[in-house]
Amino acid sequence: MLVSVLNGFAIGFLLFILAVGLSIVFGMMDVLNLAHGALFLGGAYLGATFAGSWGGFLAALGLAAVGGLAAGALLSLMTEPLRRRSHLDQALLTLGVAFVVAELLIIAFGDDPLSVSAPPALDGSVSVLGATYPAYRLVLIGVGAVLALAVYLVVERTRVGALVRATVADREMVATLGIDNRLVKAAVFAVGSLLAATAGVLGGPIYGARPGLDATVLILALVVVVIGGLGSVRGALVGALVIGQVDTLGRVLLPELASFVLFAALALVLVLRPRGLFGSPASVSTR
Amino acid sequence: MSFLEVSGLVSGYDRGTVLHGLDLDLDAGAVLGLLGRNGVGKSTLIMTLAGLVPVSSGSIRLHDVELAGKRPDQIARAGVALVPQGRRVWATVTVAEHLALSSSRSRGGTWTVDSVLDLLPRLAERRRHYAGQLSGGEQQMLAVARALLTNPRLVLLDEPSDGLAPAIVDQIAGVVTTMRAEGVTVVLVEQDLHLAFGVADEIAVMEKGALVHRAPTAQFRRDPDTAHRLLGVA
Ligand SMILES: Nc1ncnc2c1ncn2[C@@H]1O[C@H](COP(=O)(O)OP(=O)(O)OP(=O)(O)O)[C@@H](O)[C@H]1O
Ligand SMILES: [Mg+2]
Repeated sequence: MLVSVLNGFAIGFLLFILAVGLSIVFGMMDVLNLAHGALFLGGAYLGATFAGSWGGFLAALGLAAVGGLAAGALLSLMTEPLRRRSHLDQALLTLGVAFVVAELLIIAFGDDPLSVSAPPALDGSVSVLGATYPAYRLVLIGVGAVLALAVYLVVERTRVGALVRATVADREMVATLGIDNRLVKAAVFAVGSLLAATAGVLGGPIYGARPGLDATVLILALVVVVIGGLGSVRGALVGALVIGQVDTLGRVLLPELASFVLFAALALVLVLRPRGLFGSPASVSTR
Repeated sequence: MSFLEVSGLVSGYDRGTVLHGLDLDLDAGAVLGLLGRNGVGKSTLIMTLAGLVPVSSGSIRLHDVELAGKRPDQIARAGVALVPQGRRVWATVTVAEHLALSSSRSRGGTWTVDSVLDLLPRLAERRRHYAGQLSGGEQQMLAVARALLTNPRLVLLDEPSDGLAPAIVDQIAGVVTTMRAEGVTVVLVEQDLHLAFGVADEIAVMEKGALVHRAPTAQFRRDPDTAHRLLGVA
């Protein structure tokens, strides 16, 4: 039980790091980035390639951060010409990118699942209140909590965060102050993608790296976004922690029905709060 | 050459054209009261001038610079500020953050966070509150502050008195008068004739996507028949 709760936290914080960028970009610009899972998988393969030593692990994190930033900015640019088109057109474009990236990763790394080792000294187990628990996951909970807090504070407490919140609330009014919406979008896209790729490296020792993982985590992230409410950092955090617990508990208690439990939670939230737990009451913008 | 020259302006939405070749000239420093019945296209004109509704054809020249076809952020940097119908403050952003964001791309000039708070002291008391927690009047003040902090040359106000108590409407009148004293040009869309007559140099009336009448405020007030015919009011 304790182990399951801890696992839930580890996965919850990981999910938050993954989902927060997806949520803000969608809430802000109506762009649903279906390539978000591919960024995570790219990070996981970086982990599989370099991890094993501390230097390798940190190098993987650094590469994931830089690569994520660049990929996010590129995705933002690519979706720009479709700005006046429907959500579906933009989502289809990012889905196409996701397929291409997934194929390239298979060409580069093959079909077989790769394992990612935790950095040395964290690959063992420690005892937590009498239960043995992987040391890496415990550290992941700490790192995830710190990252989540940092993202939360930046968005909720800083000037840059105010610009992000304002753009989520009503981007046209931001433009009337002389601020170019496209720059805000590119910046959020880039940082969100950085976080997704980094989450891939951090999650490597838990999930490994394998074809199909991108779709699995994308769906989890989408569930988090829908449960938390579009564009809300607080919502993404609560949604991720809830889904982390639901998913791990579901696997322990009802292994055959694990994914059913996940979607039951989703359905329940949508029935009670159609805009998600922290969704805005209504979008003001007319377009 | 006028300060603002709008000619042959056509714009609207997917569902249909709203402005059918609208012409409007405005001198620098003037306050124009823009009246018209519901749905004649007043807000569409304001939003088109701000770049938020695309121009189909025609031109909008500000000091001989063409604004038609420019993005809203470019138009803002050219000196046009908007106080939209419905206020549209950001509910999840605090008053202090509104002020900071609004002055971030300021063109420089009279209006600073301090001078705006002197003009609208209520906002100073509410600095730490989220805009979603403010009263309607306070939100309107915040929307006005947001526009002023860009240090605009032209301010577009769309029904700022809508749904507000008389004391707050008086305060808005005071702010418009202050803007005028600072040399800012103002287009004020209003249903509240008392407010419009109190602050405008000239009154223009819109009907079905075009300007159909224009007169100095004093002359318009002496002509209740025209007002009644165009607006359906006494
Ligand atoms: N976002 C929109 N999308 C589609 N049609 C719109 C939109 N906004 C306004 N319209 C239509 O355009 C026409 C003009 O509307 P507009 O809001 O410009 O009028 P208005 O003079 O400002 O009215 P009011 O006094 O009620 O504010 C109306 O027929 C309206 O239904
Ligand atoms: Mg209107």
